[in-house]
Amino acid sequence: MISAQLPALQVVIPLLAGPACLLLHHPRLSWALATTASWMTFLIALTLLDQVLSTGIITYAMGGWAAPWGIEYRVDEINAFVLLIISGISSITISFARNSIEYEVNEKRVYIVYAGWMLFLTGLLGITITGDVFNVFVFLEIASLSSYLLISLGQDRRALTAAFRYLVVGTIGATFILIGIALLYMMTGTLNMIDLMERIPAVSDTRTVKMAFAFLTVGIGLKAAVFPLHFWLPNAYAYAPSAISALFAGTATKVAVYLLLRFFFTIYGVEFSFEIMELDRVLLPLALAGIFVASSIAIFQKDVKRMLGYSSVAQIGYMVLGMSLVSVSGVTAAILHLFNHALMKAALFVTLGCVFFRLRSVMRDDLAGIGRKMPWTMAAFVVAGFSLVGIPLTVGFISKWYLIVAALEQQWWWLAVLVLISSLLALVYIWQVIEVAYFKPADDQSPAIKEAPVALLIPTWLLIGANIYFGIDTSLTVGVADRAARVLLGVGP
Amino acid sequence: MATTTISAMPPGAWLALGALLLPLVTLRFRPVLLLGLPLVTLWLVWTLPDGSSPVLPMFDYQLVLVESDSLGRLFGIIFSLMAVAGGLFALRQKSTVELVAATVYAGGAVGVALAGDLVTLFVFWEIMALASTTVLISAGGARAVHAAMRYFFVHIFGGSLLMAGIVMNLANTGSLAVEGLDASTLGGGLILAGVLLNAAAPPLSAWLADAYPEASYSGMVTLSAFTTKAAVYVLIRAFPGTEILIAVGLFMIFYGIIYALLENDMRRILAYSIVNQVGFMVTGVGIGTEMALNGAAAHAFTHIIYKALLLMSAGSVLYQTGKRKCTDLGGLFQSMPVTMVCGVIGALSISSFPLTSGFVSKSMIGQAAADEHLMITWFLLWAASAGVFLHAGIKFPWFVFFQKDSGLRPPDPPWHMQAAMIFFAALCIGLGVWPQPLYALLPEPVQYVPYTVPHVVNMLQLLLFSGLAFFLMLPMMKRSLTITLDFDWVYRALGPRVTERTAASVAAINRRWQAVGRRRIDGVFDFLTRHMGPNSVAAQTPDSSLMVLLVVALLGVLLYLRFFVS
Repeated sequence: MISAQLPALQVVIPLLAGPACLLLHHPRLSWALATTASWMTFLIALTLLDQVLSTGIITYAMGGWAAPWGIEYRVDEINAFVLLIISGISSITISFARNSIEYEVNEKRVYIVYAGWMLFLTGLLGITITGDVFNVFVFLEIASLSSYLLISLGQDRRALTAAFRYLVVGTIGATFILIGIALLYMMTGTLNMIDLMERIPAVSDTRTVKMAFAFLTVGIGLKAAVFPLHFWLPNAYAYAPSAISALFAGTATKVAVYLLLRFFFTIYGVEFSFEIMELDRVLLPLALAGIFVASSIAIFQKDVKRMLGYSSVAQIGYMVLGMSLVSVSGVTAAILHLFNHALMKAALFVTLGCVFFRLRSVMRDDLAGIGRKMPWTMAAFVVAGFSLVGIPLTVGFISKWYLIVAALEQQWWWLAVLVLISSLLALVYIWQVIEVAYFKPADDQSPAIKEAPVALLIPTWLLIGANIYFGIDTSLTVGVADRAARVLLGVGP
Repeated sequence: MATTTISAMPPGAWLALGALLLPLVTLRFRPVLLLGLPLVTLWLVWTLPDGSSPVLPMFDYQLVLVESDSLGRLFGIIFSLMAVAGGLFALRQKSTVELVAATVYAGGAVGVALAGDLVTLFVFWEIMALASTTVLISAGGARAVHAAMRYFFVHIFGGSLLMAGIVMNLANTGSLAVEGLDASTLGGGLILAGVLLNAAAPPLSAWLADAYPEASYSGMVTLSAFTTKAAVYVLIRAFPGTEILIAVGLFMIFYGIIYALLENDMRRILAYSIVNQVGFMVTGVGIGTEMALNGAAAHAFTHIIYKALLLMSAGSVLYQTGKRKCTDLGGLFQSMPVTMVCGVIGALSISSFPLTSGFVSKSMIGQAAADEHLMITWFLLWAASAGVFLHAGIKFPWFVFFQKDSGLRPPDPPWHMQAAMIFFAALCIGLGVWPQPLYALLPEPVQYVPYTVPHVVNMLQLLLFSGLAFFLMLPMMKRSLTITLDFDWVYRALGPRVTERTAASVAAINRRWQAVGRRRIDGVFDFLTRHMGPNSVAAQTPDSSLMVLLVVALLGVLLYLRFFVS
C-alpha cells in the first residue's frame, strides 16, 4: 500500500529531487523537476492531514525499526497542518520562481538554487514530521545549510555577509539545540518525543533538565527569530533572491515556531514549561517588545524587503504572544497566525519579486508611480498589506480576532489594546509603500515599465486569493488550529 | 425557496459586488449599472419581510448576515435611495475608481443597516472605511491624498476600538447581538467610542471637515450620506437612552455651528453642518424615548436627502466654476437658476422651515425633549435651530448665489445633475407636505402631528427673526467680507456675551489641544527616530561577534533566572 508509506515519501521525494536537480544541471529541467516534487509533497501533506483528521494520529517506523530503537515519524493535527503550510507555500513560490530566479541569479547557478530549494524543503518537512528529537537536529542542519546557500546566491554582494552572519549564529543556535537534546538524552536515555514526554516528569527537578530547557529555548528561539534573537533575519530576507525571500518568509521561521510549540507543550509539557520554568513570563514581554520595536524599525526602512523582514520579526511576536497565553484560544491564535502569516508574508514577498523583475530595485523611493504601471502587482501588494494590518475579509483579521479573544479571555484588556495599536503600526509602514507607489509621480527619466509577466502574476494572485478565501471561510484553518491546540495542551475537544 | 436565498445574501453585498462590474462594462452601458444596481437594492430592501436570515456558522460564531426590521429597513431604504441619486449625479464622473468605490461604499452602508450581528456589522463597517477612503483618493491631487490618509488612519483607529469592544463584549456577555449594549461596561464603552468616532463626535470631530471637502464634486455628495448616518443607526439600535449622548450631541450641534460660521469654503461650511445635524440625531438617541428615537431616525432619513441636495448644488457650482470659496462666488442665481432653487430648498429644509422635510423630522426631537421635561436640552435645541438657519440656511445660499455679483456666468450643470437635484428637492418638499409615508416607515408608531398652529408659528418666528438679523446687518458684512467679522457679528447679534466667550474659549481650547497633540506626536516621532530610525542601534545589523555575544547573554539570563532565582 502506497498510502501507508506517505509519511516517508513526504521527506524522501524532495530529498531525492535535490541531488537529481544537481545532476540534471539545466535551469529549466531542474526547475520542472523541483516544482513537480514540491507539488507532490503538497498533495501528500493534504492526504496526511485528511487522514489525521478522520482517523487520528499516524505513526510510521522508519525502516521498520520500532520506536525506541528506530526513528519514528509521528503525524498529529499540529504537524500535519504545518506540513501543509510548508509544502503549500513552497509549491506556490517555486511556481513563481522560474522567471524570477532566472532574472536574479546567474544562469549557470540556477540549477543550484533548485537543488538547495529541495534540500531546504526536505529539512523543514523532516523537522516537522519526525517524532525523534535527534532526527530534528539532523533535518535542522540540512535546512540550515541549504538556507545559507540559498541566501548567498542573491545578486547583491551583501547577500554574502548576510549569509555568513546567519551561518555563524545559526550554527550556534543548532549547537545549543544539540546540547539541549544531548542533556535530555543523558537524563532520560531516549530521543523519542513521546518517551521523553513520559520520562521528563520523573527528572524534572534536576538542573540538567532545566539547563537543557534553557539551551533549547535560546537555540530554537534564534531559529524562529524571536526578538531579541532576530538580528540575522532582516538582512537575510533583504538580500536573498526574491523567490527565496518569499519561501523563507512563509516557511523557515514557521517551522521554528512549530518546534517551540512541540518542545514547550508536548515534550516538556505545560506544567514544566509554564509552571516550573515560568516561561510565559519571559516570552510575553519579549513578544511585546518584538512587536513594537520591530514594527517601529520597519517604519523607518527604505528597502521594502528589509522592511518586511522586520515586519516578520514583529509577526513572530504575535505567535509567541499567543503561545505565552497558555490557553486553548491563545495557542489556537498562535497556530492560526502561523498559517495566516505564511500566506500574507509570502504574498507580499512575491509581489516584491514582481516589482524587482521590472524595476531591478525594491527601494521605496524607486517605486514612485508604479501603481499605475504595474496595476495587478501593486493591487496584490495592497490586498496582502491590508491582510497584514488585519482588515476584515482577509486572513489577518482572523488572526487578530483570535489573538484578541485569547487576550480578553484572561481579562487582559490592555494586551488587546496593545495588539490593536500594533496593527496600526503595520498600517503605517504598509501605507508608506502604497503612498509612494500610487501617489508619487514617476521620475521622467525612468524607463517605461510594464506589468509583470503572467507567469509571475498567477502564483501571486493565487496567494492573494488564499489570503481572501481563508479570511472568509475559516472552517479548515480554525478547525484544525483548535484541534491542534487541544492536542498540545492535552485537553479534550 | 427564492425568498430565503435572497435574505441569506445581504442586499448590501449585491450592491458592493455588483459595483465591481462597473469597470468591465462599456461607457454606454455604465449608467444602466450605476442606477440599476441601487434600484435593485432598493427594491430588495423595500420588499424584505421582517425576520432574519438563516444563521451562518463562521469562525466559531453563528452569524446572521441579514436581519430585517423597520429600523434596519428605514436606513437600508435611504442608503439605497441615496445611491440612486448619487449615481445619477455622478453619471459623468470620469474617475471609474470613484464610481466603483462610491457604490461599494453604499453597499457597505446598506450592509451595516441590515446586519444581524456585530461581526457582520463590523465587516461592512470596515468595507465602508476602505471604500470611502478610495472615494477621497480618487479625487486626485496631493491634498486629497493626504486628507485621505489622515481619514483612513482615524477610521482604522475607530475600527480597532469597535473591534476591541465587540470582542470584549463577546467575552463578557457571550452575545454578538447589536441590540441593547451597555455603555457602562468596558466592551460596550469601546463599541460606543468606535461608533461615535464615525459619527464625528468630539474629541475627534475634525476628521470630517478635514477630509470630505477634499473629495471631488460628486464624491462629497456620497461621503456626506453614509458614514455618520450608519453610526447614528448603530447608536439608535445599540445605545438608546444613553444619557451621555445628550451632552455629546449638544456639543456637536454647537461645534458645527461655530466652525461653520467661521468658514469661508462653501463645502467646508456644509461639512461642519453635517456634524451639527448629526448632533441633533445623537441628542435624540440620548433622550431615548420612542418619540426621540423616531425623531433621530426620521431626521437621519431627511438629513441624508437635504444634505445631499445642498452638496449637489455646491458640487454643481464647483463643477461649473472650479471655485469653492464664498468670497470668490456670488450672483450665480442669474445663470444657474435650477441649482439655485434646489440649493435654497435644501437650505430651507436644513433650517426646518415648515413645508420642508427638516420641519417634520427635527421637531420630533425637540418635542421629545419637551415631553421629558429636559428644559435645558430643549432650549439649546431651539437656539441651535436659529444657528443652523444662519450658517446653512442663509450663509451658504446667500454667499454662493446672491451677495455681490462675482461676474461668473456659468450655466446650470448637465441634465443628469439637474435631475438628481430636482429629484431630491421634490422629496424634500414632498416629505415636508406629506410626512405620513415617512412616519409609516419609522420603527415606532407615530402619534406626532408636526403642523400645529403654535409650532408652525414658533418656528416661523424663530426663523424670520434670525433671518431679519442677518439681513439687517448685511451692510456691515458687505463692507468687509472677512471671516472674523462674520464670526464676531453673529455672536453679538445673538446677544449674550457669554456665547461669545464660550465660542472663543472653545476655539482656544481646541487650538491648544491641537498644539499639545502635535507636540506630543512630534515628540513621539523624535523618540522613534532616535531609537528605531535608520541610524539607531536597534536598526543596525550587529557584526557576528556581537550577535554571538547577545545569544550567549540571553542564555546566561535564562540560566541565571532558572538556577539561582527559582
